[in-house]
Amino acid sequence: MWSLLLRKLKMGRLTEKNGNSLTPHMASNLPLKFRKSLQIRHLDCGSCNGCDWEMAALGNSLYDHQHFGIDFVASPRHADLLMCTGPGSTQLLNAARETYEAMAKPKWVMAVGDCAINGGVFKGAYATEGGIDGILQVDIKVPGCPPKPDDLIKALLEFMGKR
Amino acid sequence: MLGLQEYLQSYRSDPAIKIVEWEKQEGLVEVPSRDLPEVLTYCLAMWPRLMWLTHVVNDERQLGNGFCIYLVLHFPGKDFSLTLVAKGIESNFPTLASIYPALNWSEREVQDLFGLQAVGHPDPRSLVLHPGWPKGFHPLRKDYKAGKESKEFKRAPLVFPEMLGDGIFQVPVGPIHAGIIEPGHFRFYTIGEAVLHLEAQLFFTHKGIEKLIEGKSIQEGLRIIERVCGVCTVSHALAYCEAVEKLANLEVSRSVLLWRTILAELERVYNHVGDIGNMCAGVGFALGNANGSQCKERLQRLNLEFFGHRFLRGAVVPGGIKSIPSPKASEAILNRLLELSHDFEEWIPMLLTHDGYRQRAVTTGVLKLEDALNFGVTGPAARASGIPNDWRELHAHLCYPELKVKSMTEQEGDCWSRLTVRVKETRESFRFLHTLLSEGMKKPEPEIERLKLFSDHKFHAWQPAWGCVESPRGTDVVWLMLDEEAKIYRCRVRSASYANWPVVPLTVPGNIVPDFPLINKSFELCYSCCDR
Repeated sequence: MWSLLLRKLKMGRLTEKNGNSLTPHMASNLPLKFRKSLQIRHLDCGSCNGCDWEMAALGNSLYDHQHFGIDFVASPRHADLLMCTGPGSTQLLNAARETYEAMAKPKWVMAVGDCAINGGVFKGAYATEGGIDGILQVDIKVPGCPPKPDDLIKALLEFMGKR
Repeated sequence: MLGLQEYLQSYRSDPAIKIVEWEKQEGLVEVPSRDLPEVLTYCLAMWPRLMWLTHVVNDERQLGNGFCIYLVLHFPGKDFSLTLVAKGIESNFPTLASIYPALNWSEREVQDLFGLQAVGHPDPRSLVLHPGWPKGFHPLRKDYKAGKESKEFKRAPLVFPEMLGDGIFQVPVGPIHAGIIEPGHFRFYTIGEAVLHLEAQLFFTHKGIEKLIEGKSIQEGLRIIERVCGVCTVSHALAYCEAVEKLANLEVSRSVLLWRTILAELERVYNHVGDIGNMCAGVGFALGNANGSQCKERLQRLNLEFFGHRFLRGAVVPGGIKSIPSPKASEAILNRLLELSHDFEEWIPMLLTHDGYRQRAVTTGVLKLEDALNFGVTGPAARASGIPNDWRELHAHLCYPELKVKSMTEQEGDCWSRLTVRVKETRESFRFLHTLLSEGMKKPEPEIERLKLFSDHKFHAWQPAWGCVESPRGTDVVWLMLDEEAKIYRCRVRSASYANWPVVPLTVPGNIVPDFPLINKSFELCYSCCDR
């Protein structure tokens, strides 16, 4: 117990303040009410699991998305933003549409990674859609294979208009 | 393996068994498909610890061979792998799943994707293709060209067995889960809190990679293979490159072997550390999870800094590796790893001595030795049930013989055992990395074998080759056949997750529903490389 406490004291604060150095490229279209905190629902549409692990990494102590007011929620009913990964696998389409429909308005969709944007390396496979565009209307795109957690945080902060 | 050779030579069948190749480590034998069950029964009786590496069906009708089944078996302790080939199949073949349940899923997949019938299969439901696809849709047949079938995919209910009785409830979960997890549908049949039965419906992320990769060049193929599974990139790429190099009769240099081993071990360490942390998340033990995810993040940053990618993509190429770090960089990597292994030893005792955690994990989700053997389970899951199968120990490849790898085993087969196996393996991997990087520090920077040289190589066309690597989740196998233009004719990926998923539902009955996240995370299987 004491050794654990001592370790924590020595370690200090791990979370990086990478949001502060950010200058947004564009003005956010987000209504003011949503700029302080954003609730996100993750939706895997057939990704290789790379993007999803990078999203999961946002929760570790080094990035800690919660200190930006960003949180991942368990139900689409609680979410403002749907973060989609993968090229859109055919067998998941119905579930993906239902997830989107379950979200309360206003709602936004983010395509995470090259696959979600245009199918990536999986373009042309018989059970894919070649991107999320075909299924849902995409508001933000974050390229990369997979995008680094830094890229994701930046995209999210930019979307929220946070500096 | 003389006994087996004699048995096969004396086996009477029409047409006779043909021993095409029989060398020290590998054999290739043609067996008529109707005699395959008997030969497999003999092998299983003589070597009960037989491992299946892969089971591939290939459409060779244009070569005049009909459909062919390739079954690759490995005999642990002998370092011998045997490929049994059954040629000339037209529309059906006798099932092997009733003799060896490990092949159950693979044969169901063949029924879906090739439209061949496995006669006598104990569970002939469709597996990969969900209900809703148009009739006669068998995409892996060569006469199928990617069309508009995905547009015709209809919404159709999934089929589950009925279970009726007083107080029996069905709890459907998924395919979209709460949290950042991949999609899969689980149906719990419960009585009170206890689970009676669990049905897992996967393949929601099925993309059709094995069809997509056909006709691609070796380079393009590698890009796709690296993305079959996001977190076992190096293992899949290495297995693929091993198969390609077998077809090119190419031996890679010592320094390439060294750095490939380092990459494979780096992948193991970051995955194991992350998985140990995730198991804590499965019981809501936030401190353990935080420590695991911190350590994983640092390891991934090290990957990014020295190899250019957080998941080590693009590091392994056919015939070599992309770039070999300098001795100075090796020293920097080593120092960083020493720090991290020190950190690991600081937080891991907290986890191993935590009473609340132990109480949740001990005796939870037991995988019986018998089930593990029957279903051909691999990786930490098999080793936690007392099967000392670690491909690094079983087969002499990369730099593993020098490292004298020993399988880390536990006997109980519960979540706790799977955790301790991972902890022990992480320690071992840190030790291996120390040895390997010390060697990397000494050597002056050698000449990198460039890809140009590699593309000049002649490849054996129409010959099967497989590559096999121990990933953090178990043995990954890539089976490959090239055509005469060195384009991929057929590539089958049998990932560790594919081998292990069928047993997960067997370990749940008797436990309570809230233990499922822990059990699931203790196997830590990937959906993507299972569904492909």
